Amino acid sequence: MTAGHLLAAGQAESTGASVAFWILAVISVLAALGMILARRAVHCAVLLAVVMLSLAILYAVAGAPFLAFVQIIVYTGAVLMLFLFVLMIVGVSTKDSLRETIPGQRLAAGVAAIALLVLLSLVIGHAAIGPAAPAGPGYGVSNVRGLATLIFTKYVFPFEVTAALLITAALGAMVLAHRERTTPKPTQQELSRERIAGAHPSPLPGPGVYARHNAVDFPALLPDGSPSALSVSPIIAQRASESEGGLPAPPLPPGSAVPLPRGNGEGAATDDDAERESAGTASASTGSASTGSASTGSAGTGPAGTEQGEARS
Amino acid sequence: MTPSHFVALAVILFVIGAVGVLVRRNAMVIFMCVELMLNAVNLAFVAFARQHGNLDGQVIAFFVMVVAAAEVVVGLAILMAIFRARRSASVDEANLLKY
Repeated sequence: MTAGHLLAAGQAESTGASVAFWILAVISVLAALGMILARRAVHCAVLLAVVMLSLAILYAVAGAPFLAFVQIIVYTGAVLMLFLFVLMIVGVSTKDSLRETIPGQRLAAGVAAIALLVLLSLVIGHAAIGPAAPAGPGYGVSNVRGLATLIFTKYVFPFEVTAALLITAALGAMVLAHRERTTPKPTQQELSRERIAGAHPSPLPGPGVYARHNAVDFPALLPDGSPSALSVSPIIAQRASESEGGLPAPPLPPGSAVPLPRGNGEGAATDDDAERESAGTASASTGSASTGSASTGSAGTGPAGTEQGEARS
Repeated sequence: MTPSHFVALAVILFVIGAVGVLVRRNAMVIFMCVELMLNAVNLAFVAFARQHGNLDGQVIAFFVMVVAAAEVVVGLAILMAIFRARRSASVDEANLLKY
């Protein structure tokens, strides 16, 4: 192979790397900006995933394939999934309010950001960051081997400390996330008594079972043809009413308008008592409606008959 | 495309993450912005490793990833404890250092 061949190969590699760099730089900066501007935390998490994946490809471009895979597996796979799990517990549908609680906070933050940007730009402008050195022995195919050699020889003590750190973090997370039970655990007998004494001794109807669709956001049809709002989870009903046009609202017959139970704006964090109360009242109304229509004629036909009748009409 | 390009991108991402930490009030989003800053620093480490032609910077970035994972685990556990006590993930609500 002559020197010309080597030069051409190096140039081709560098142009490909430059194209990848500029595309990924634009993508990651835009996603990062969107992350601090999006109001919902879920959108922020997805945009952060975009940033992390583009950074992973940038690592691979910069000659760190092992770090690229660790970035994808650890960051995008584990850390971001942990974020999403906690997000689902804390409440997906919560939005940040745009009200400033500290007056002038955004202005001060913008000034501080510009100052930080200027400072860091001056620093890296003055620091003579030269071109990339000729790739050492650890670049290319033997990247993993070189990293392993470094970790287990030069950096073996930080590596051991890392193990202690991880164990401490796991223990700390378990201690912090542990919940002390303040009331005694209800026995099975107490639970069954409570259910019989409550408004709904039988299990709640499943969503969409007797309706024409089988989706979880579609309420089940009662034997008289009226949709049962009890069969749809209140969170899903709230989401369906929030996203207008996204999910088709089930057609309510004029006689038996049962409003879908809605959460009180907190998403997953609604009070259980309030949900139970609204569910109880809704069940009372739908129960009376169904018994009334059953006595008028269609008794004994069952839900399948009702559906056929609806399909004919 | 030299290592200075990578460092410039790292600076931009770091500043964006810092703005997010300063401006946002949802504790989850603040954590995500901290993760963004850590990622930016990792990118700078990888770029410096490339500049020097050895692997020490990549090893340091690897350790930063481990520490970031531990930090996220503990931080999210604290966040869940606060959420249980105060029913909110906003940092404005957690104004009392009490259980």
